[in-house]
Amino acid sequence: MAAIDKTTYQEIAGNGSDYLSLIGWLGVFVAAGVAAAFYMETQGHVVTGMTNQIVWGIPHVFAVFLIVAASGALNVASIASVFNKTTYKPLSRLSAILALALLAGGLMVLVLDLGRPDRLDLTYLKQNFRSIFAWNIYFYTGFFAIVVVYLWMMMERRFNKYARTLGITAFVWRLALTTGTGSIFGFLAARPGYDAAVMAPLFIAMSFSFGLAIFILVVNVTYKSSKRPLGDVISFKLKNLLGVFIAAVLYFTVVQHLTNLYAAEHAGVESFILLDGGAYTLMFWIGQILIGGLLPMALLFHPATGRTSQGINIASLLVIIGGFVQVYIIIIGGQAYPLEMFPGFEVSSSFFDGAVHRYAPSLPEITLGLGGIATALLIVALAVRYLPILPASLADPIAEKQPASE
Amino acid sequence: MTDRSPTEEQNVDLARRRLLAGAAAAVAVAPGVMLVATGASARPKGVAADANKRWGMLIDTRTELSDWDTAIDACKTEQGWGGGNNPATDPQWIRKVAIRNKSTGAQATFPVMCQHCENPPCVDVCPTGASMQRVDGIVLVDKHICIGCRYCMMACPYSARSFVHEPVHNQRPHMPRGMGTVESCTMCVHRVDKGQQPACVEALQAKGSNAIMFGDLNDPKSEISRAVSAHVTRRIREDLGVQPSVHYQGI
Repeated sequence: MAAIDKTTYQEIAGNGSDYLSLIGWLGVFVAAGVAAAFYMETQGHVVTGMTNQIVWGIPHVFAVFLIVAASGALNVASIASVFNKTTYKPLSRLSAILALALLAGGLMVLVLDLGRPDRLDLTYLKQNFRSIFAWNIYFYTGFFAIVVVYLWMMMERRFNKYARTLGITAFVWRLALTTGTGSIFGFLAARPGYDAAVMAPLFIAMSFSFGLAIFILVVNVTYKSSKRPLGDVISFKLKNLLGVFIAAVLYFTVVQHLTNLYAAEHAGVESFILLDGGAYTLMFWIGQILIGGLLPMALLFHPATGRTSQGINIASLLVIIGGFVQVYIIIIGGQAYPLEMFPGFEVSSSFFDGAVHRYAPSLPEITLGLGGIATALLIVALAVRYLPILPASLADPIAEKQPASE
Repeated sequence: MTDRSPTEEQNVDLARRRLLAGAAAAVAVAPGVMLVATGASARPKGVAADANKRWGMLIDTRTELSDWDTAIDACKTEQGWGGGNNPATDPQWIRKVAIRNKSTGAQATFPVMCQHCENPPCVDVCPTGASMQRVDGIVLVDKHICIGCRYCMMACPYSARSFVHEPVHNQRPHMPRGMGTVESCTMCVHRVDKGQQPACVEALQAKGSNAIMFGDLNDPKSEISRAVSAHVTRRIREDLGVQPSVHYQGI
């Protein structure tokens, strides 16, 4: 059984002008996102960058990034509950709140980009269980329910004994959820860039990495701005973990492309991403691999930068940027490369068959996406202000007092 | 953009209901709303589509190029699409595709539309079941329950579907369309249920062309069955195992 949690949790004061202006700005972005969605729904998606060839645009990039990161943000709580690593226990509540907030932000973007968001009720009333989307509706709502109860068990002292059971449930559930999200793409047999079982484990690795990067930034920023002590022990543990997760994403990325390269039929799409896809190739090597992978790894493990909060923060930010680029390449790049309707033939038509499809994100789409991020951050900002989520101190002595089981 | 008057709205709604009833009789829609169909060989009111039938098409790619324009124009007129100015976003239910063999230089041009697969990926992935298949093989979108998620467009191997990006005008009573939903070739289900041929087939026949043949692939005596058993035909991306109902001859 987990040790009794003796940490003191305390709401942040949240009276300062910094906090109020943060809330204000986040509110503005949320409102702008909702307004952008309203604009797209009333005018039609003709005002967006999407076409009949690139049917999922940048809102899907934001949404998938946030949903994937959401399940990863729960990792800190999982490590504490499931694997009994007590060092992480004080941060479990924040981990659960961040997971809920990111999922809410992601789903908001996903739903508001539908052609008919007013028909959302139909996703419950009419369901086709052969669709991974229909499954995901249960994965997502189930995740909310489980994490809310998990949070409650952690926060209500007399229910603490159930927290571990809930933590294990949440952990298994989040693996299923990310498998489901990755499988949205893995099940598309007709698309050469997607059709691969490795999508599911790749998405799980991505969720670990993106979720933890966001988590580290949130911890560092909230502790610095609320002037609460944050010790090196917990910081260094988190950053080492992030380094491992970045390596895992790189590993699955290598597997993804090597297996695709081995199949001659996928040579076209692989060369499009890796060699001659112009912006996509550039984004892959510079954005995903260098900025999102190698650079943050170097920052985290180099003795000069890995032991400073600036170094860790920058590395986390780079993981987020590179992760966003990676999701962009998967979603937009995967659609930009033409369907192989007639392998071995040159194909052309008025419907752009055989051509690399162009996509330019529009302002309403980007505004909606930013609205989703703002929603997630607003939920976190309000939660730490009104609920006892954050430990009063994460200074080393307190953190070390917990029996280290490593 | 333009708003419809309440009466127009009602008319369209009524038309939608009629289509839905006819199209989805096999999936049991609300009782009492059934297609008002007339015609001697029409599917009788209230009777589900015939599971013994498998409607299909045979396209002869060695035909006059102008035939394909005839077929496409007939589809536009019948179903009320086309006429937009945004090539990247305007719906195209049927299109001319030109292919050229990279090694031999051989070329062909022919129409591609919904291939009405026996194992349609669009139906599998649709979260609400809006993307559906009638028992006689015709694949349709029920625009009443399409939420516009576009997953079917991601899954379709033929880019056969279009998303309605703008408000729609000039809707046909038998073919309700709606901004924010997905649409594609219906194999003129409203005509088939009246015992008629799809509009593209009829328009070609009117000019003496047999470039697209329509019929029941399950009936060994039908013209299309005899044709596909007499000559080797090809179906696009047969390797995917989706079993399209549209056969091509000459490629």
